[in-house]
Amino acid sequence: MSAFTLLGFGPGGWGGALLLAAGTTLALALCGFLLGAVLGGLAASAKLSGLLPLRLAADGYTTLLRGVPDLLVIYLLYFGGSAALGQFAGLFGVTGFVGVPAFGVGVAALGIISGAYQAEVFRGAYLALDRGQIEAARAVGMHRGLILRRVVAPLVARDALPGLGNVWQILLKDSALVSVTGLVELLRQAQVGAGSTRQPFTFYLAAGALYLAITSLSTWGFSKAEAHARRGAR
Amino acid sequence: MIDVAFLEATVRSLLGGVPLTLSLTAGSVALGGVLAALAAWGRLSGVAPADWLARLYIFVFRGTPLLVQIFLIYYGLGQFRPTLQAWGLWTVFREPYWCALLALALNTGAYTAEIFRGAVLSVPNGALVAGRACGMPRVLLFRRVTLPLATRQALPAYGNEVISVVKATSLASTITLMEITGIAQKLIAQSFRALEVFVCAGAFYLALTFVIIGALRLAEAWLSPDLRPRPVARPA
Repeated sequence: MSAFTLLGFGPGGWGGALLLAAGTTLALALCGFLLGAVLGGLAASAKLSGLLPLRLAADGYTTLLRGVPDLLVIYLLYFGGSAALGQFAGLFGVTGFVGVPAFGVGVAALGIISGAYQAEVFRGAYLALDRGQIEAARAVGMHRGLILRRVVAPLVARDALPGLGNVWQILLKDSALVSVTGLVELLRQAQVGAGSTRQPFTFYLAAGALYLAITSLSTWGFSKAEAHARRGAR
Repeated sequence: MIDVAFLEATVRSLLGGVPLTLSLTAGSVALGGVLAALAAWGRLSGVAPADWLARLYIFVFRGTPLLVQIFLIYYGLGQFRPTLQAWGLWTVFREPYWCALLALALNTGAYTAEIFRGAVLSVPNGALVAGRACGMPRVLLFRRVTLPLATRQALPAYGNEVISVVKATSLASTITLMEITGIAQKLIAQSFRALEVFVCAGAFYLALTFVIIGALRLAEAWLSPDLRPRPVARPA
């Protein structure tokens, strides 16, 4: 069978399966990114707060997660999660291996990892904030919540956008690691195809091309978004 | 509650993976450095085919996951086994170690090429003009002016890249290599005590990272003589 029929959409073609798996990869990365934004925002505000314990905890979080291989974090959550769930299930008389949902593990791992990177991006963007803007907002009588919503958040989001773009690209490529849990995302689907057709090169090349397409589209999308966010600035 | 005996046994097992992690890191950083220098030269040469080839290399290897690159080389090239055997290359691509090393080197080379290119472009033009005005030939100018200034400029970003290579070597465990993460994964699967093993393995990686950061600070200080405190002038 030629590579075209093999990767096509006809009978015996793997094109549909690969595209579907690329969709799973995107969903995984997107959910992980959103969780990471929440964790990163919390960690950044902890780092910027005056409270020493909060600051130390956030510093520990970002140092640890940026210094330890991502694969190790995935193993921790996958096996650790299964062990914890197994103990919990044991309370109800269920014995044996209890698997945690692989998609959930993937989202949690990618979220926790990218949160550490996003925290630094948000912190940098907040520190770059022009203090005069906040003073001006206070001068016109805005209260704290309103200043956060109308002044701080939009400006931080604008300055964080390039850094967030980098984090997104790293996360997208990291999502391939989730394949070790057996979740059928793009790389795992390619592995399955490679195994059953004995054409590994063709399948990994196709997966690589799809990843390349996604990262290229993301680069383009982020540059558009940056241009849009900067339209008011010089 | 802390099981000291288990932690001790874990640390001892993980220690066995350190040489492989270090050798993969050193090998891929060295080979990747050569690839990066070539690609950066291609980008800066002004020769169109070299420029486009380097651009393509950097685009492809920065745009796809490292794990895909590792699988493509280790499993994928098996599809061409007869050809590789005929060329006598199969002995290399049969070994997971060389495949992991090659994939890591190609990957870090693409990222490092951009670091090198940026560093060379950051050398102030005045320094080059001054060198030329003294009559330095091109090679001497590169060796005495461009190289030292660019090295100092590249160092912080390059250090981050080396640290990410240390972390990236963990992916070698997916093709059966028993480096730190491979051993950790085995221990977790055997004992089901994920947290303890994770803490020990993580400590190894953090220690490696801190050693690299320290070495980098020393190198940066050594390359920045202009930032050192001036020697106190002796009274005449």
